[in-house]
Amino acid sequence: MTVATIARSRRRSELSLGLLVIAVTVGGYVLVALANGPRLPPNVAILLGWVFGLYVVAHLAVRKFAPASDGTLLPLAAMLNGIGFVVIARLAGAGRDYPQQARVQSVWISIGIAVFVLTLIVVRDVRIFERYRYIALLLGIAFMLLPLVPVVGQSRGGGRLWVGIGPLSFEPSEIAKVLLVAFFAAYLADKRELLTEGRIRIGRWFVPSLRDLGPLVLAWGMALVVLAYEQDIGTSLLFFGVFAAMLYMTTRRSAYLVGTFILLVVGAVVAYKAFGHVRVRVDNWRNPWPNARGTGIQPVQGWYALGSGGIAGTGLGLGQPWQVPLASTDYIFTSIGEELGLVGSIGVIALFMLFVGSAYRIAVDSVRPFTKLFSAGIATIIALQTFLIIGGVTRLIPLTGISLPFVSYGGSSLVANFALLAILLRMSDDAARAEPPPGAR
Amino acid sequence: MNSGIRRVGIAMIVLFIALVAQLTYLQVGRSHQLANASGNPRKAFSDIRRDRGPIETDDGTPVALSIPSKDEFTHQRVYPSSTASLFADVVGYESIQNGAAGVEDAYASDLEGRTFDLQVNNIADALANKQPVGTVVLTMSKVAQGASAFALAGKRGSVVVLDVQTGGVLAAYSNPTYDPNQLATHDTNKAQAAYSLLTKDPQNPLLSRSWRELYPPGSTFKTVTASIALQNKVDLDTKFPVLDHLVLPETNGVALFNFGKEHCGGSLMDGFIVSCNTTYAQVGHDLGEKFATGIQGFGVQTAPPTEDGSGFDPPIVASTGPLPGTFQQNQPKFMQDAIGQNQVLVPPIEMALVAEAIANQGVILQPHVVDCVLDPNDKVVSRVGVQQYKRAIDPATADTMRTFMLGVVNDPRGTGTAAQIPGVSVAGKTGTAETAPGEKPHAWFIAFAPADHPKYAIAVLVEHGGSDAAEVTGGRVAAPIAKQVLQTLLNTPATQSPCGAQPGSSPTGR
Repeated sequence: MTVATIARSRRRSELSLGLLVIAVTVGGYVLVALANGPRLPPNVAILLGWVFGLYVVAHLAVRKFAPASDGTLLPLAAMLNGIGFVVIARLAGAGRDYPQQARVQSVWISIGIAVFVLTLIVVRDVRIFERYRYIALLLGIAFMLLPLVPVVGQSRGGGRLWVGIGPLSFEPSEIAKVLLVAFFAAYLADKRELLTEGRIRIGRWFVPSLRDLGPLVLAWGMALVVLAYEQDIGTSLLFFGVFAAMLYMTTRRSAYLVGTFILLVVGAVVAYKAFGHVRVRVDNWRNPWPNARGTGIQPVQGWYALGSGGIAGTGLGLGQPWQVPLASTDYIFTSIGEELGLVGSIGVIALFMLFVGSAYRIAVDSVRPFTKLFSAGIATIIALQTFLIIGGVTRLIPLTGISLPFVSYGGSSLVANFALLAILLRMSDDAARAEPPPGAR
Repeated sequence: MNSGIRRVGIAMIVLFIALVAQLTYLQVGRSHQLANASGNPRKAFSDIRRDRGPIETDDGTPVALSIPSKDEFTHQRVYPSSTASLFADVVGYESIQNGAAGVEDAYASDLEGRTFDLQVNNIADALANKQPVGTVVLTMSKVAQGASAFALAGKRGSVVVLDVQTGGVLAAYSNPTYDPNQLATHDTNKAQAAYSLLTKDPQNPLLSRSWRELYPPGSTFKTVTASIALQNKVDLDTKFPVLDHLVLPETNGVALFNFGKEHCGGSLMDGFIVSCNTTYAQVGHDLGEKFATGIQGFGVQTAPPTEDGSGFDPPIVASTGPLPGTFQQNQPKFMQDAIGQNQVLVPPIEMALVAEAIANQGVILQPHVVDCVLDPNDKVVSRVGVQQYKRAIDPATADTMRTFMLGVVNDPRGTGTAAQIPGVSVAGKTGTAETAPGEKPHAWFIAFAPADHPKYAIAVLVEHGGSDAAEVTGGRVAAPIAKQVLQTLLNTPATQSPCGAQPGSSPTGR
């Protein structure tokens, strides 16, 4: 198969899957309105045009700038984004604290698609991340430090992780995560032999010198210290997990996993002892029922939402997802589980599995170590972030406030994830071009 | 590097599978339990949004109704101000913050039109997506309840009036009371503030004293003791010694005094009319085990069942008394129990039931506050029927007891002369119940009227209403209240209930 045939078939499936995405999104929006009576929402034509327009723009951009890239990633991301938007619009209709969110989110989705297209155009070669890795590192750390800058930094819900300029606010750590993963991929790709074999011998073992490990530990440590200071446990855990996974993928030395695990346990114990809000989270993970009307309201109401949904759900627009605090951001998954039931909640997890699977597939298909590590890193970020927040709201693990990629309300996360998607497609396109014909394998 | 990527990929799949397992556990395994958990606000919230039928008194006056509201709850429950606090104990409230109580709670599915009867009889409405809400009609009378509140004004206590022929509760007023509108408001802060204010009030206005609080009944309980004695063939001519005190057996000379250390004795009836403690303590001791079994016929140690839709919410509290088989080791206690002290503790409604037993030839009917449920076309869909709750004594014994109680009100020596009503014969019994040392006694009066053709049975309790420890207290404080309420009722023409005539009641009734 030539690159051209691969490209044609991939773009065709991307387009046809897109029609499905549009049908589900617009259909869901109509269903929400129908729950309140037999009337079509007045703006359904506008919505249809907008969703269709955005998808076609994204599709055409891929067709032009990454024609041979994977054909499932864009429809999967769009489907998740569409489901998220329907739930946010549904909550907006319920009044309470959500009236403006649907409009704001529609603007952010448009910006997200614009950033997606822009990234495809600008990043013609991912090697720029490899070349300018230290700039990426510095930028990443700068972004993470931003919320601590007096005037612009803002605190919300116990964590200082927002930056606000006038009415606009975003979470810089979402941007930082792209840059830091790029740095780690570049650094690890460069030093992978030294890290794997080790330069110094201690008894039977060869261990990497501190000079090789140094920048890694430094960047890692700094990231964690900054995040701890901002009290953003979710992002700290995410970085921790992703870097451990990348280190393991580079070296395949399980000693690194054991080491990071020990660090994680130590860090968790210290955080539990040092930070009141971490302690509250952990206690409410173990048993939220005594505080059902206080600090445990979220885990308790989240469980009620999921339980009330049952297998088939209440139906879109027919449940009461707003009973859970933060139903459009951290807890958007329980809103889905309540109205779409187990069918819907497992459906969303299946979409994430397919997305993550396709992303790892790109890593395996890639030729250059940096590309492999970068795409695998991005896949791991999406996978872990999904696990942390869904595991948190279902009380499988303690809750860490972090967004559900592509689904949650919130601009910075959406923009960052669309940028990640564009970079993934760029690497997928590269992999398809570099791949020798199957017969030669 | 690829094998490392694959392994990490597999690890991520394992994490996702853990999520699926947890979701299955929550949304299948525990779905039912979580959906119906008491802390889950979803059901209560959708209930609040539903249209809800009115609650009416026996003359069709609405005391609770829903009006459209502009907020997200679509309906606001309203308690008309003239009857709001008057009926608060019985009607209860429906509140977003504080749940539901009273008939609002007990009859929620009828009011919301969820019952099978309402749905089946109004299939056309149901198909048109119109909710066939029910109207709940109470046995409660605005006149009786209003007169009780008026007569009890300024005193902490309770008045319970029963319809002797049906067992329907005409009045169950508890003072102090509260305004349910403050709890039903959709302003959650105000509702919460009102609720915490009410729960912190030392007077406890949320307490339905009429059927939720236990009090020693004092001498009104001699009605029960005398009935059991007559039932067990204690001769009317037996003379008890004239004494001012009795020494309780098996104590080191602890004495049981008559009020004011007065001397009294004579026949059973003499002792009843002047409320002689020494006589009735002796009667209780003589009865022994028979006393413990006899009180059960009057419903002591049990509570009238509420599952049949009587409408008490929270349910009637069970009264307490001496247990059969305990006489030997508790002889002094039995003697005090016989005069309504020590182990005997009852809610006021129980004493109204005792009066009803004497009025009703020994039969106690199931007490209920709800009469019937109407559909939107005012057709009766269900009715709380007239049912026997207990047979306390024989008709002959009841007849004798009637003369005893007539004596209390009409004999010049009687303690309850304050309850006399010109032109109507009233049968009654006073009570002054000792409470904690240093506290003033509770004043009691129970009665029924007209004595020859009973319509109403009443119990009046005034908490710590006695000014001194004299037996006249019940007669002086509580009897006039009973008189006032009975007189108002007897002078008011009967109204037609929206439920129609009670099918079980005798045609000669009111």
